[in-house]
Amino acid sequence: MPDEQKPVSAGQVRELAEITVTTDSRDYLFAAAKQAQKQYDDYELIVDIDAHLQETRFWPEIIPFMDNDVLRETALQQLKGGIANPLLNSQPGMNFQAMEGRIPHQAGPREKVTNPDKPGAAFVEIMRRNMDFMGVDYQVIFPTALLNLGMNPMEDTELQMARAYSRWLTELVMPQDPRLIALLYLPLNSVEECERMVKEYGANPQIAGFTICSVRNKPVHHNQYMRLYRMIEETGKPLVFHAGPFWGDPSFAQLNRFISMHALSFVHYNLIHMTNWVINALPERFPKLKLVWIESGLAWIPYLMQRLDHEVLMRQSEAPGLKRMPSEYMQDMYYSSQPLERWDMKYTEATFEKIKADTQLLYASDWPHWDFDPPASITTLPFLSEQAKKNILGLNAAKLFNLPVKRVRPRAADVMAMRGPERIS
Amino acid sequence: MPDVIVAKASSFPDPGRKVFDVGGTEFGVFKLGGQFYAWENRCPHLDGPACQGKILPCATEAVNEDKTSRGREFSKTDMNVVCPWHGFEFDIRTGRHPTNNAVRLRAVKMRVEGDDIVVSLRD
Repeated sequence: MPDEQKPVSAGQVRELAEITVTTDSRDYLFAAAKQAQKQYDDYELIVDIDAHLQETRFWPEIIPFMDNDVLRETALQQLKGGIANPLLNSQPGMNFQAMEGRIPHQAGPREKVTNPDKPGAAFVEIMRRNMDFMGVDYQVIFPTALLNLGMNPMEDTELQMARAYSRWLTELVMPQDPRLIALLYLPLNSVEECERMVKEYGANPQIAGFTICSVRNKPVHHNQYMRLYRMIEETGKPLVFHAGPFWGDPSFAQLNRFISMHALSFVHYNLIHMTNWVINALPERFPKLKLVWIESGLAWIPYLMQRLDHEVLMRQSEAPGLKRMPSEYMQDMYYSSQPLERWDMKYTEATFEKIKADTQLLYASDWPHWDFDPPASITTLPFLSEQAKKNILGLNAAKLFNLPVKRVRPRAADVMAMRGPERIS
Repeated sequence: MPDVIVAKASSFPDPGRKVFDVGGTEFGVFKLGGQFYAWENRCPHLDGPACQGKILPCATEAVNEDKTSRGREFSKTDMNVVCPWHGFEFDIRTGRHPTNNAVRLRAVKMRVEGDDIVVSLRD
C-alpha cells in the first residue's frame, strides 16, 4: 500500500460515551444544536409552547410551598419514605414511560449542575441547557407530575399541589430566567381557587395562560365554570387543554400495553372536552376566549371536525347555540404540534391545511418525554413554506402570548463550540 | 478524508460498542458474535444519536402453534441498539428497524486490519 493511502491514527478521533440518565442535556441534545445550525438558526423567534422537566428531583423544593400543614407534613414524610412524587396518587402502569431504560431522558434529570443547593437554580440551569441546544428562545413549562392530578380522589390535594407548584414556579424559578414562561394549572375541582389564581396571576407577564389538564371527569361546559371562563377571557390570555395518559379509565382496562393506552388516552380526553365545548356553544358565549389544545398530535382534529359537522346538521336541536359549523369554530382555535404524526406526508399535509396550520399551529417539543419533537420536526416538513415554518415555530406563539419578536437565544455554533471540549456523550 | 484507525479490535467486548467523532462525523462500531459492524450515529427518524443508546436483545411476540401467546420474549440471537431520543430500535447486524426494514441506519465503510479498526469516511 502506498504511504499516502495508509490509514492514519488521527488525533482528532474522540470517543463518545453511551447516553444514560446522568448524561448532560447539552450532550443529549448536541444533535439538535446541529439541526438548529443548519435549518433555523436565522429565524427570528423560536417558541416551544410545551416543555417539562421531570419534577421528581425538585419535589423537595415544591412541598414547603403547601399551605395546609397536614398535607405538607404528609408529603414530607412520604418523601422521607422514598415516594418520589408524594400525594400524587400515581396510577399503576405509568412507570413505563422510559421504556425500561431505553429512553434515559424520560427518567432523569440526574445530570450535574453548577449550583445544586440554590432553590430553583438547578431547574433553571437544566431548562436553559435544553433551550440553548434545541435553539429555542422561550419555553413554556408545565409540570408532568400534575397531568393526572384531576383524577386524585383527595380534592384538597389538587388544590394544594396546584397552588404550591404555582408559587414555586412564580416565586423561585421564573424570576431567575425571563426565557421561561408558564401556563398555570387550574385545580378545576375548586372553581373558587381557580378564580383566585386567575386574579392573582392574570397580570404576571411570565404567565402565558391557564391550563385545564384534560384527564378528568368533570364536564367543562358545567355552569359552575362560566364565571371562570369570563375572567380568563378578560385577561386576554388563552385557556389551554393539556392532554395526558391515564390507564385508569374503565374502557382502557381492556388495553394490555402502555403503547395502546398512550396512543388513545391523550386524544380520548381532548375529544370529549372539545365535543362538549363546541356542542354546548361555548365559542358563542366566549367569542374572545382563545383556546389551545396541547399534546394530542393533530390527526384527531380533522376526524372530529368531520364527525361533528356530519352530525350537527341532522341534530340541530341538540346543539342549538351554534351559528357556524363545528369545524369553523375549531379552525379558530390553536393547536400544539407534538407529537406530530408525520409518517404519511400526504395526510400530514392535509391535516395542516384543515386546521389552518399557518396561523393556528404552535410548535411544542414536550421535551424530555420519549415522544418529544425537536424544532426540526417542523423545518423538515417538505410541504411547508419558509414563512409557515417561521409562523409555526414562533411567530404564531408570539401573537398568542404577546411575546416580543426578538431573538434572545444564543447562536447554535456558539453553544456547540462552548460545549465541544467538555462533551462526553 | 483518509482512512482512519479509530480503535483496537481487541478492545471491544462482545457484544460491545464504541462511538466515535472524527472531525464532526459521528459513527458507532459494534462487535457482535465476533463480527464488526459500523453505522452512522444518526437516526433516520429525527437525527438522534442512535448509536449511543442502550444495547439489548430484540423483543419478540412469542406465539405458540395454536396461536395463543406467551407474551413477549427476548430474542436469543438478535441484538438491537436503541436510539435514546425516541426509542427507534435497529438490528446491530443489519442496521434495520425490526418492524419496518426500510427504516435503517446508514452504513459506514469499515474493515479490520490486524488489530486495527479502520473506517473510510465520506468527505
